[in-house]
Amino acid sequence: MSYIIDRRLNGKHKSSVNRQRFLRRYREHIRKAVEEAVNQRSIQDLDRGEQITIPKRDIHEPHFGHGEGGIGSIVHPGNKEFSSGDRIPKPEGGGGQGSGQGDASNQGEGEDDFVFQISQEEFLNFVFEDLALPNLVRKNLKEIKEFSLKHAGVVSEGTPSKLNIVRSMRNAYARRMVMSSGSRKKLAEVEAERDAILALASDTAPEEKAKLEWLDEQIALLKQKIERTPFLDTYDLRYNHHVKEPLPSTKAVMFCIMDVSGSMTQETKNVAKRFFILLYLFLTRNYEKIDVVFIRHHTSAKEVSEEEFFYSRETGGTIVSSALKLMEKIVKDRYSPEQWNIYAAQASDGDNWDDDSRICRKIMEENIVDLVQYFTYIEITPREHQSLWHSYEQVQANHPKSFAMRNIVEVGDIYPVFRDLFQRRQHESNQ
Amino acid sequence: MSRTNKESDLLSQGPDWSFELIQKYDEEISKIAADFGLDTYPNQIEIISSEQMMDAYASVGMPLGYHHWSYGKQFLETEQNYKRGRMGLAYEIVINSSPCIAYLMEENNMMMQALVIAHACYGHNSFFKGNYLFQTWTDATAIIDYLVFAKKYILECEEKYGIEEVELTLDSCHALMNFGVDRYKRPVPISMIEEKARQDEREKILQQQVNDLWRTIPIMDKAEQQSKNEFVFPSEPQENLLYFLEKNAPLLKPWQREIIRIVRKMAQYFYPQRQTQVMNEGWASFWHYTLMNELYNRGKVEEGFILEFLQSHTNVVSQPSFDSPYYSGINPYALGFAIYTDIKRMCENPTDEDREWFPDIVGKPWVEVLDFAMRNFKDESFILQFLSPKVMRDFRFFGVENDVLDTYVEVKEIHNSSGYQGLRQRLAQQYNLSHREPNIQVQRVNIYGDRSLVLKHTMDHSRPLNEDTIEVVKHFKRLWGFDVRLESWDGDQLEQTYTSQINSEETHS
Repeated sequence: MSYIIDRRLNGKHKSSVNRQRFLRRYREHIRKAVEEAVNQRSIQDLDRGEQITIPKRDIHEPHFGHGEGGIGSIVHPGNKEFSSGDRIPKPEGGGGQGSGQGDASNQGEGEDDFVFQISQEEFLNFVFEDLALPNLVRKNLKEIKEFSLKHAGVVSEGTPSKLNIVRSMRNAYARRMVMSSGSRKKLAEVEAERDAILALASDTAPEEKAKLEWLDEQIALLKQKIERTPFLDTYDLRYNHHVKEPLPSTKAVMFCIMDVSGSMTQETKNVAKRFFILLYLFLTRNYEKIDVVFIRHHTSAKEVSEEEFFYSRETGGTIVSSALKLMEKIVKDRYSPEQWNIYAAQASDGDNWDDDSRICRKIMEENIVDLVQYFTYIEITPREHQSLWHSYEQVQANHPKSFAMRNIVEVGDIYPVFRDLFQRRQHESNQ
Repeated sequence: MSRTNKESDLLSQGPDWSFELIQKYDEEISKIAADFGLDTYPNQIEIISSEQMMDAYASVGMPLGYHHWSYGKQFLETEQNYKRGRMGLAYEIVINSSPCIAYLMEENNMMMQALVIAHACYGHNSFFKGNYLFQTWTDATAIIDYLVFAKKYILECEEKYGIEEVELTLDSCHALMNFGVDRYKRPVPISMIEEKARQDEREKILQQQVNDLWRTIPIMDKAEQQSKNEFVFPSEPQENLLYFLEKNAPLLKPWQREIIRIVRKMAQYFYPQRQTQVMNEGWASFWHYTLMNELYNRGKVEEGFILEFLQSHTNVVSQPSFDSPYYSGINPYALGFAIYTDIKRMCENPTDEDREWFPDIVGKPWVEVLDFAMRNFKDESFILQFLSPKVMRDFRFFGVENDVLDTYVEVKEIHNSSGYQGLRQRLAQQYNLSHREPNIQVQRVNIYGDRSLVLKHTMDHSRPLNEDTIEVVKHFKRLWGFDVRLESWDGDQLEQTYTSQINSEETHS
């Protein structure tokens, strides 16, 4: 006798622990592969898995075995023209491994690469590994002003508006079952008795008739009794229970500020765009809700849609401070720093109206730096830095914790610069 | 063969399977198997999905195993190959246990399920129960319990000593896994309850024994000490490297010894399978062929079913020629199936050649001869005993010798009357474990000095060791705790020395 068991319902991820062990062990390899992938693919499709390739020899498990050399002996099938004593020249360069021929083994230990797939989640984990949002903690510790209601099970007392109908009806049903079970059992017995009598005698004798009547009476009584069981009772009722939980701020707003004056080419904008998207992806891993505000500017600043932000072109001079002023205004109007984590990234080719850089520094130091968690400035230019860079350098020197700036020359720099900007700082790693 | 083809006798029509059908087929097949006298463990048939099959692959066919990255690697490899369509999954996996567990994939149709039941649940199963190697080396009733024990123990170790630490030990044990078997001693069967009970005790005693060997405080008088100085350890070379380490490595913690033991027991469990590939697969193929045909003969299945079966069967037992792009060595299914089928043929329709070569078999009842052949051999001796000239001719076998110093390979024998004997020996040799794997033994330990250890490799046909050797020696050193040297000897000539220190491979010539 055989047992037949359906195991399909069992979990199918029996190997997931072993898989994780493998990923952990080859973390360095994978990180390298991920870094290359990030640099190669466009940032738009960063949000998917990746094929990882590791040289086979690196994951090889060593065993004692025979190497090449000595006298090998082997039997092959499919002889066509050989007879004993034939001498066959070895193929050139093959070294005559094994028999020197026909060794088309499909699992040779050549330098094949070991290839496997990691999921999007794992991929992003590696992309953002060891990166941390600067000053993330500070906001969480701030005075909590928001609460959320959370489910906390079911209770027997509450207001009608919180009545849990399913649970209440379930209880009622169970209670009705229990309370009427004696009567129903009896009813079944009596009915069976009556049926037996009816089945036995077609023309009924008087004493049986009396018995039948009595039985019918009993049946009616019992049915009544069963019906009298209350359909819904007060102690069937159940209410949803909620508790108030303080809500740490999990909202973030990200300001993208970009110069769209005539000097910014589409290529420069693309570089900026990639940086913004990378930052956005990174923020989504840390916050539940993220607002993105796009501010573009030439001589005046304007809040725009994403489409307009990246693709419409304008000409004219550049006044950076206009964008900073607008940002400050938007924060005041819509994103109170108590409730929002504010991040800003500014991209520019470094051009600015000469007098304006001083003003920028002033606005930055006096107003913005204290509002934001982190402000990053990237300058996308192969040329020499101009006044804006130098003004910002002073800001960075005074506020190293919440302001950072880097120079990007080409697309390949984006990811390294990003990593560099958000590298987990030593003093934060313990928090 | 009289065949009654009444519609009502058919077990099923159409390709779909259901649990009732599987049960019906299993009952029918088990009846036929019993008629042929197949003796099996009870069967446990489990239906699984293809993902679960990949999981089963990754754990080398064990229903549950401890965690290790190498299984993860295996899984990723299987998954990748499967997804790209580079390989299909095996139709079944069967586990040597009692009850004998066989996995059936849900994607297969009814014909395949029946084929797998015949192949695994009656073919492999009866082999596990009957073959002497399996009887000697494994205890089918206890293996599942032992696996549970091993998994739990290693999990506990990971909690206590850290994943990293346990992984290092396991890595080293795995490197030596093929050297964890006593080839000439009968092992004790393994079971969980005993293991658990003896484990604590063993920890203490083991540590004590080890300490005795490494005692540093002199307790004997001078005379005794002198005689002791000539004491050679180990007194005889040790072939079971893992066992030697488990019992004698000076620095190992008790839990590490236990882990070595677990890996050793796994090696022991797989030891018979490594030596009976041809016999085991051949036996299962022979019986699925016989049982399925008998199903047809008894009118239980229709023509389409048996034709579809024959196609699958032909794929399983096909043998590409050496010059075919699909060639990857001798197909054990094909060779085994051919030998068993030929034994049956010789019993029933012998030729003069058979009378000359196999006087003991000719004319005997084939079921008995086959049963004998299944029980008492391993691949090497099985081929030596039963490979007939006809099978050699059918496969067009030829034997080749390849001397590395020569620019030619030489054809030594082919399938003709002067070649049969030599060819058969050469093929049998190919399945001899001690020919396939190098002979490496613990030679001596410097117990009074630096505790360094010498391993001796005795070359077979002057074949050197492979490129992994240094790595494996390092693993050995990790477990031993002190310097390890591996000497490669060809006869009286020391050819090469590998030491556990980095960059110190030297060649003697």
